[in-house]
Amino acid sequence: MNAQLPRWVDLGLIPLLNLIAAFVVAGLVVLAIGEDPIEAVEHILYGALGFGEGIGFTLFYATNFIFTGLCVAVAFHASLFNIGGEGQAYIGGLGVGLVCLALDHYLPWWIIAPLAAIGGALFGAGWAMIPAYFQAKRGSHIVITTIMFNFLAASLMVYLLVNVLKVPGAMAPESRTFEEAGRLPKLDGFLALFGQDIGGAPANMSFFLALAACVFVWALIWRTRLGYEIRTFGANPTAAIYAGISPVKITLVAMALSGGLAGLMAMNPVMGDQNRMFLDIAGGAGFVGIAVALMGRAHPVGVVLASILFGILYQGGAELAFEMPAITRDMVVVIQGLVVLFAGALEFMFRPAVARLFAALPSRKTGEA
Amino acid sequence: MFDALILMLDSTVRLSTPLLLTALAGLYAERSGVFDIGLEGKLLIAAFAAAATASVTGSAWLGALAGMGASILFALLHGLACITYRGNQIVSGVAINFLAAGLTALLGTAWFHQGGRTPPLMGSERFRTIELPFAEALADVPVIGGIYSELLSGHYLLVYVAFAAAPFSWWVLYRTRFGLRLRAVGENPAAVDTAGISVVRMRYLALVCAGVLCGLAGAYLAVAQSAGFIKDMSAGKGFIALAALIFSKWRPIQVMFACLLFGFLDAAAIRLQGQELPLIGAAPVQLIQALPYILTVVLLAGFIGKAVPPKAGGTPYVKER
Repeated sequence: MNAQLPRWVDLGLIPLLNLIAAFVVAGLVVLAIGEDPIEAVEHILYGALGFGEGIGFTLFYATNFIFTGLCVAVAFHASLFNIGGEGQAYIGGLGVGLVCLALDHYLPWWIIAPLAAIGGALFGAGWAMIPAYFQAKRGSHIVITTIMFNFLAASLMVYLLVNVLKVPGAMAPESRTFEEAGRLPKLDGFLALFGQDIGGAPANMSFFLALAACVFVWALIWRTRLGYEIRTFGANPTAAIYAGISPVKITLVAMALSGGLAGLMAMNPVMGDQNRMFLDIAGGAGFVGIAVALMGRAHPVGVVLASILFGILYQGGAELAFEMPAITRDMVVVIQGLVVLFAGALEFMFRPAVARLFAALPSRKTGEA
Repeated sequence: MFDALILMLDSTVRLSTPLLLTALAGLYAERSGVFDIGLEGKLLIAAFAAAATASVTGSAWLGALAGMGASILFALLHGLACITYRGNQIVSGVAINFLAAGLTALLGTAWFHQGGRTPPLMGSERFRTIELPFAEALADVPVIGGIYSELLSGHYLLVYVAFAAAPFSWWVLYRTRFGLRLRAVGENPAAVDTAGISVVRMRYLALVCAGVLCGLAGAYLAVAQSAGFIKDMSAGKGFIALAALIFSKWRPIQVMFACLLFGFLDAAAIRLQGQELPLIGAAPVQLIQALPYILTVVLLAGFIGKAVPPKAGGTPYVKER
């Protein structure tokens, strides 16, 4: 079970096997419905990547998932399981929205955008630090508290949207639409460089913010003292405490970073797309982040790749539901579950078999020689 | 006033039933050392399987069996991942919740073409309520009539099963050899292993118990309380049940009271929707709905007593080599 395997096997082959298993089972589900999985994949790929607008939507979804994937990944490094990304992103939306509502009459977008990002990150971080404090100081389990805080975030936001932020007289529980200055520029010009027309797709500048967040997380986790402390605490809390690392500090800081990244996600739907606060801002992206972080092995590069894959599935899934009405978009949630199952919960399933295989290989060579 | 109270308590009983069955399911799993945040998923898949089967076969009973079957299957998947392959129990639970949410909506639409619903259940496809003896005769007697005929009588069989399951679970866990072993694998699996009892087998058995109870809860949702399955019909009940389980500090009788409390809050929120209260003004419905979560967080943080989970919870058991 614990046999040493080459690095490329542990980091490349086994995750790939897990992923293949997940997609094979997904294919079987499609077969069970009575549709052709190969044709389904073709529809997904065309819908997500075949034309400019599709690419724009794929990037838009991927942006969400990069943020929430990083959110879960950072917490993983401190061996904390943050299931609360959904709620933190929702509350982050409040931070982004309040900044935009307050300033959109007075300042240009390029001043509002960084302020809104700070607002979102602060609100998300604040929401994550309450469970972090309870875990660090009062010994309650962070998984349970972050689940509870997802529901609390939803209740709070419904209350605020219905009773406080709603435009008087309007029916929809939404804030007012931001002025021009409260909107992020779309990526139409950027994609035009590649000869793609994004049409009505909502891909916007926050995609670059997401990429910057990846670099930030990489540098923080692997190139700073704090990152070293986070990883040490995650690998062995007892050793970390012995080495003088404060568990309270690491838990609070790691969760603040994690929640802050989730809060930044709200930039994409609130300031980049809808230009208002609305119900269910995170739209499930917080949960996709769990699958993304597991699949991306909690590394920013992996997170970006996994986010693009899930972006393709989300956008392509919509196209698929249009072409093959029997396969609704819920297929994406099934795939999400399968990825979490095979890349996360069953991650050790193939390892013993692979290890046996590798143990057998060299001996056969010596036998032939 | 009395009538209103009885009506409120009546809906409390109805709303706490699925919570109680689900929370008891979690009790078996977690007492054996397997954290189970996949309760929500098991509840959902059971509700779907029950409604789909009842609709196709025309029998509510077969529906309930199918619900249990589906839920046990998911419980075994949880076991495979985190007992056999020693994966992370939380991750496995998350996967089960996603799979259930996706599969029920996907298969529901593909099979029944009604946007994720199953066809409405009629006649023998749905469970009927049970009138207790003399309920009719006593209905007009003041106080007793209200309590007996309205509150206690006229529920679905599964309601009585759920409220019997709580003391029964107490008996199983604290008065049988099976229960002693189950609690022991949740506290100190190595000791149980030394005594020659298989930790793996005990934990699988506990998960099967959880599967059966979640199955009943799902059947209650889709084949008794409602006439058919609706997309996402569990609507977070699995998590409220989890909260109730923690709130009761993993003890069966207290689980029942926690579920009644949370059911009462739910009933109150529904009843107060859009009403004006004296002094407060518009009823804070969101606050009432959020109370189970707030109470659980406060309890977990140790502000009212201390909730200590089973010691071996969350860690896969590895035999010494």
